[in-house]
Amino acid sequence: MGSYVPSTREERQGMLEAIGLQEYSDLYRDVPRDMLLDHPLEIPSGMSELEVGRAMRAIAAKNHVFATVLRGAGAYDHYIPSIVKSIPAKEEFLTAYTPYQAEMSQGVLQSIFEYQTMICELTGMEVSNASVYDGATAAAEAAAMCRTNKRRVTLVSAAVHPDTIETIRTYCYGTGDELRIVPQKDGRTDTAALREMLTDCVASFYLQQPNFFGQLEDAEAIGQIVHENGAMYVMGCNPIALAIMKTPRDCGADVAVGEGQPLGIPLSYGGPYLGFMATTAKYMRKLPGRIVGETVDSRGERAYVLSLQAREQHIRREKASSNICSNEALCAMTAAVYMAAMGPRGMAEAARQSMAKAHYLASQLCKIPGVSLRYTGAYFHEFVTEMPRVQDVLLALEQADILGGLIVDGAILWCATEKVEKAALDKTATIVKEVLER
Amino acid sequence: MKLIFEKSVSGRGCTLLPPCDVDSVSLPDALRRDTPPALPEVSETELSRHYTELCHKVHGVNCGFYPLGSCTMKYNPRIDEEMATLPGFTNVHPLAPAHTVAGCQEVLDTAKNYLCEISGMADMTFQPAAGAHGEFTGVMLIKQYHKARGDEKRTKIIIPDSAHGTNPATASMCGFEVVNIASAPDGCVDLEALKAALGEDTAGLMLTNPNTVGIFDEHILDITRLVHEAGGLCYYDGANLNAIMGVVRPGDMGFDCIHMNLHKTFATPHGGGGPGAGAVGCKEFLAQYLPKSALMDGGDHIQVRSFAGNFLVVVRALTYLMTLGWEGIPEAAQNAVLNANYLMRRIKGTFTPAFDRICMHEFVLDLSEFKKHTGVSALDVAKSLIDYGMHPPTMYFPMIVHEALMLEPTETESRETLDWAAEVFCKLYTLAHEDPDFMHNAPHNAQIGRPDEVRAARTPVLRWERA
Repeated sequence: MGSYVPSTREERQGMLEAIGLQEYSDLYRDVPRDMLLDHPLEIPSGMSELEVGRAMRAIAAKNHVFATVLRGAGAYDHYIPSIVKSIPAKEEFLTAYTPYQAEMSQGVLQSIFEYQTMICELTGMEVSNASVYDGATAAAEAAAMCRTNKRRVTLVSAAVHPDTIETIRTYCYGTGDELRIVPQKDGRTDTAALREMLTDCVASFYLQQPNFFGQLEDAEAIGQIVHENGAMYVMGCNPIALAIMKTPRDCGADVAVGEGQPLGIPLSYGGPYLGFMATTAKYMRKLPGRIVGETVDSRGERAYVLSLQAREQHIRREKASSNICSNEALCAMTAAVYMAAMGPRGMAEAARQSMAKAHYLASQLCKIPGVSLRYTGAYFHEFVTEMPRVQDVLLALEQADILGGLIVDGAILWCATEKVEKAALDKTATIVKEVLER
Repeated sequence: MKLIFEKSVSGRGCTLLPPCDVDSVSLPDALRRDTPPALPEVSETELSRHYTELCHKVHGVNCGFYPLGSCTMKYNPRIDEEMATLPGFTNVHPLAPAHTVAGCQEVLDTAKNYLCEISGMADMTFQPAAGAHGEFTGVMLIKQYHKARGDEKRTKIIIPDSAHGTNPATASMCGFEVVNIASAPDGCVDLEALKAALGEDTAGLMLTNPNTVGIFDEHILDITRLVHEAGGLCYYDGANLNAIMGVVRPGDMGFDCIHMNLHKTFATPHGGGGPGAGAVGCKEFLAQYLPKSALMDGGDHIQVRSFAGNFLVVVRALTYLMTLGWEGIPEAAQNAVLNANYLMRRIKGTFTPAFDRICMHEFVLDLSEFKKHTGVSALDVAKSLIDYGMHPPTMYFPMIVHEALMLEPTETESRETLDWAAEVFCKLYTLAHEDPDFMHNAPHNAQIGRPDEVRAARTPVLRWERA
């Protein structure tokens, strides 16, 4: 069996004797006898490192890694620069706890301060936290921070990722608050319906940009409608798109959140990812989660600390609006390394290429008889096509080592990123054509 | 040191992407941003050196002793990391067809089986991303259970005053009123206080055992029985599971649901504040209320985040579980308890344990008398430890002990390390009597002197701005 206990049998006996005990069972004398496990755990015997490595590799080999990924729907296959993989693997970053002791944690604290600055730059906001669990929880936390005593209802567009909607619904159910879904029309938020639903009990409206169907919302006009009715405006944004797209701040958002996974974090079967969360100076003290601030030390030198802790659970206990403590710090640092490696031009290039490739794929697919776009509006790097025999199409693509789009209400939601070459897009269109002509 | 933004030079960058091989497309004018984000423009050399310099200003458990009580800072094995970087795990889309992700399913199923066996539970979810997130999920199980039975008068959750702040914050997030009960003098649950708090409005109890002072509550079966008799459910906060895994099970203590911190007990790294994973287990009768993903699983369930959770953290934890096996898991627990008792015994002649008895995996020192005599506080001692390259213990927690320092050495420390740590504590004890001012001003050789936290809160500077 494997073990990470350094002490030898003799040392352990010596230590037991040093504390006046004979055997291990003496350590557990407070535990009622009849409650102690009377049988070995029913799990296999431990293994050497060589055996464990072999066993885990065999399990990993049961997954298929597709050569081409044309599926997004909340998890995006962007190129991850080599340095973005190596820096977060440094043992110091990897094996530290939350930076409670600033004198020993300046590296983590500065890296988070830099991350916060980058998120503010992307979103146009003034304050960012150190991250939350993922994009869905960021949206749910944002809904919670917008509530006041009078305004308790959260509105969410039907064109939002289903996992995000259900997560917000669960958090609302927790506090006993209401969630109402604003319908979509032609793949975008129905603004007429939104206007009607914005009553004086509405705390906030949550919009996703680009939305779940890839469509670009008229985010600025929607912001005006929301504010005219006195509610707060929360935008969930794709961080790659933000390199070229009008910032949530410029669209009037009070809170900007999003799934940070596209920023250098692998698909990883859904996690760990990271939720980013930023707001204006006005709502700074309502933002949940860890926040790093700059200060000076006893020698007058610049230093960083966990700040504004009076908001948090360890001070406020049952009066805290969120219980979050551990977040996704290492993923936030990964995102920061990604943004620094790509720089403003690299980020914009990834955004433009993703968009161009999605549009190229759509144009090739729509040349095929029987294939058409479900929605008519402008889109970023995801789009929905109507076509017959969607299951057959996806299976044929799978056999060519292509993960096709996701089936959504009988249609296919496609995604392209800068990683996919033109040849693979052409091959995809050819296979779809062959299947539909069969 | 400089911030990455202060190293930025316009025009610098890394060469990462090829030219686009399809026609370009423009965003509609109204959606374009006016100015690009002011992200750093640095070469790869500068980027690499920047983060290398930063990493030299971080203390991880793999760098040195880290007895941060309640956080279980055990060594994070390298093999676990290597397995979590296998392309077969990292390059898998969460919405890929089920038959192409059989390996992911096997990881989740196997880890679930092992962790259910260790905790004495019947089913489990890996969706929660951290301990507090697990608490939220677990208490939401309790909420759904009462609601499904039409028993909506149960509006209160009972929590001992020794609990971590996340417990009451969680109960509030789930819409419950918090009933705080005072602990008995020995730090355990005061049965009379519990009885007085229980009633028809009790939804449940949140408890950790061993408790936050590192003592196993010997009345645990009475506690869970009383809660059940009142119609409530019992939630086990798994923060202190490392003391007892493979020895005694929360399920056998009478708990109905539990979260386990994979980033504490099961050796996955904490990454300077996450990602963690808060696996939530429950008894069979609660399994129907576990969260699911709308997009992956469909159906009418609660959901606490997207997709299936922090999968790669589960990969690491499973690698660890397979390495230890049925023999290694209780061995780890026993040695965690042994190391804590050994260190407590070595320190005892100087600083005073808050509870002078056999402890579990951690113990609390009470420095209130010491402070009266020397003027040196728990904070001063903590900061002084930094000069010795030791991460300070958890300070001022639990709140039922004044001037508290909570130490949890874990099982992965050798006897020499514990002896050395005890000697450092003894030196500081002496120093406090001889030169308290020196300790008031500690640390002396750290990355920074004590930071001005009041200034940070009063005049918040939360992002870099160009001068």
